[in-house]
Amino acid sequence: MAENTATITESVALPLQRQRHYNVGVILWRVLLYIVVLWGAVIFAIPFYWMIRTAVMPPYQVNLFPPEWIPDSINFVNFRAPFVGPFPFARWFGNSAIVSVLSSAGVVLSASFVGFGFARLRFPFRNLLFIVVLSTMMLPEHIKLIPTYLLFVQLGWINTVLPLIVPNWFAPPFHVFLMRQFFMTIPQEMDDAAKIDGCGWLGIYGRIHIPLSLPVMGVSAIYQFTFTWNDFLHPLVYLQQVDKYTVALGLRLFEGYMRSNIQDMMAAALVAVMPTIIIFFIAQRYFIQGIVMTGVKG
Amino acid sequence: MATLNPATDAGARAPVRKWTPERREALFGFFFISPWIFGFLVFTLGPMITSLVFGFYRTDLLQIWEVVGFKWFQAVFTDVLVRKAMFNTAYYAFIMVPLSTTLALLIAVLLNQNIKGQSFWRTVYYLPSVVAGAAVAILFKWLYQPDIGLLNSILNPILFRISDFLSLETPLVAPRWVFSQDWAMPSVIIMALWGAGGAMLIFLAGLRGIPTALYEAAKIDGAGPIRQFFSITIPLLTPTILFNVVLNIIASWQVFTQVLIMTQGGPNNATLTMVLHLYNTGFSQFRFGYASAQAWALFLAILVFVLFAIRSSSSWVQYER
Repeated sequence: MAENTATITESVALPLQRQRHYNVGVILWRVLLYIVVLWGAVIFAIPFYWMIRTAVMPPYQVNLFPPEWIPDSINFVNFRAPFVGPFPFARWFGNSAIVSVLSSAGVVLSASFVGFGFARLRFPFRNLLFIVVLSTMMLPEHIKLIPTYLLFVQLGWINTVLPLIVPNWFAPPFHVFLMRQFFMTIPQEMDDAAKIDGCGWLGIYGRIHIPLSLPVMGVSAIYQFTFTWNDFLHPLVYLQQVDKYTVALGLRLFEGYMRSNIQDMMAAALVAVMPTIIIFFIAQRYFIQGIVMTGVKG
Repeated sequence: MATLNPATDAGARAPVRKWTPERREALFGFFFISPWIFGFLVFTLGPMITSLVFGFYRTDLLQIWEVVGFKWFQAVFTDVLVRKAMFNTAYYAFIMVPLSTTLALLIAVLLNQNIKGQSFWRTVYYLPSVVAGAAVAILFKWLYQPDIGLLNSILNPILFRISDFLSLETPLVAPRWVFSQDWAMPSVIIMALWGAGGAMLIFLAGLRGIPTALYEAAKIDGAGPIRQFFSITIPLLTPTILFNVVLNIIASWQVFTQVLIMTQGGPNNATLTMVLHLYNTGFSQFRFGYASAQAWALFLAILVFVLFAIRSSSSWVQYER
């Protein structure tokens, strides 16, 4: 009797047990997953948090050791420092905004135009030229630096924003690639239908491809805006007068001056990175979907 | 040729009309890509060739233009400082490329496990890469501050307890990060790893492109999660891995802003990288000829590694057929 029930329960329980065992494994795995993701996120967020907490902390609390994590009170007085100091911080901000906005506009317009040409029209050497586009995409920036510098010296463009903007109006290859990949996904029938309706190439581009490619244009614009806003090498080379500086460049000057006052420094850094963060949050959904859509996976 | 084609009969009747649709299309094609052609010639090909030519001159770009032959190109191999900079850059790139690609892939795979609040986590991991640049370098300089910085204020008590526990005679002390010759480059690398979110996003896009049917089929065949990861995820993600590796190689060999702001190449040139060195040679010492030769040396180094990555890819990248 006892033996019997044992075998029965065993044979019934075994699959059940296996099932339960499997569930425990899954639950353990999920818990572990969330712990790892959470800890990773905490580590990734700490530097940011530290920047913010240092910027808003009351001054007496900042230099306490060991450092305190939570500010006793939140004050925004430090954010005035960059603007009332000896440096034209607001002006740097404006310079960065002008350069970033005009660069993004140039990239979007020119790269979309060129990308359309590569995606939709047939002309001699098209594939060869596109390979050239792809290989220049991989070209390091520094190799062009000195001759381009000389070119802009001779044009009299040093200490102006032009060297930072104008090259972006001539279809940077990365963005051409992005646009072309996107245009390739638009059905050919749409072009043909427009052609039958009497649309020329410019019409097909302007009436069909531009409206359909707004999301990828958004991706392109955000990429370029962030890149230009954070760019350090080019402003460093082309801008020598302090009032012409961009924020990235000015921040370094500010740092040399404010070495002892870490609060003002962090406040200035926070102000300097704000535009890229705000733009990212506004366009986040758009941006991430765009990346998935264009399949930048090569 | 075209007149032999019966389809262009209408064209034959009016021989002056030379704009066949094909020609028109080709003309418009060149019209559309003309901004790129101009940009390529003026801002890419021209400067590249000129840069090579400058390498044969001793020049300050103003008065001095003196032909020196292959002097600079030879000097690139013998100059102690250039060799140091080349070594440092290679050190950075060889650690950075595998480490950041692995980290980005790891985060992407974790976030792709159907977890709750995916877009929130994604934002947290991605955001640091949005703010790369001067502000971040200044922030990390503060975090790395050896005496009162955040990092050591966490590490030192832990290390102290460990040494106490092991009853070491000389207690362990956290490194002095950017102020230490040995730790300055690792400090720059750790900071750069913080920006792995950009590659993570591209991996996430790649992961989304893998058909879920494959995983279901594998599950039916009895493959566990680890087997699925190595037999489906990794092989199908290899094109994305190649893409990220190539981008990462190019970016890593050009590391500049971070070292300029955090260490200015120091201490004792421990973080002097190639772009920083050629920038100093050109724009601080006005030896633009030598700087151009260095730029070409760096370019060739990058080219070798990128081509190696691409050529080797045929043996490890699987393209969907």
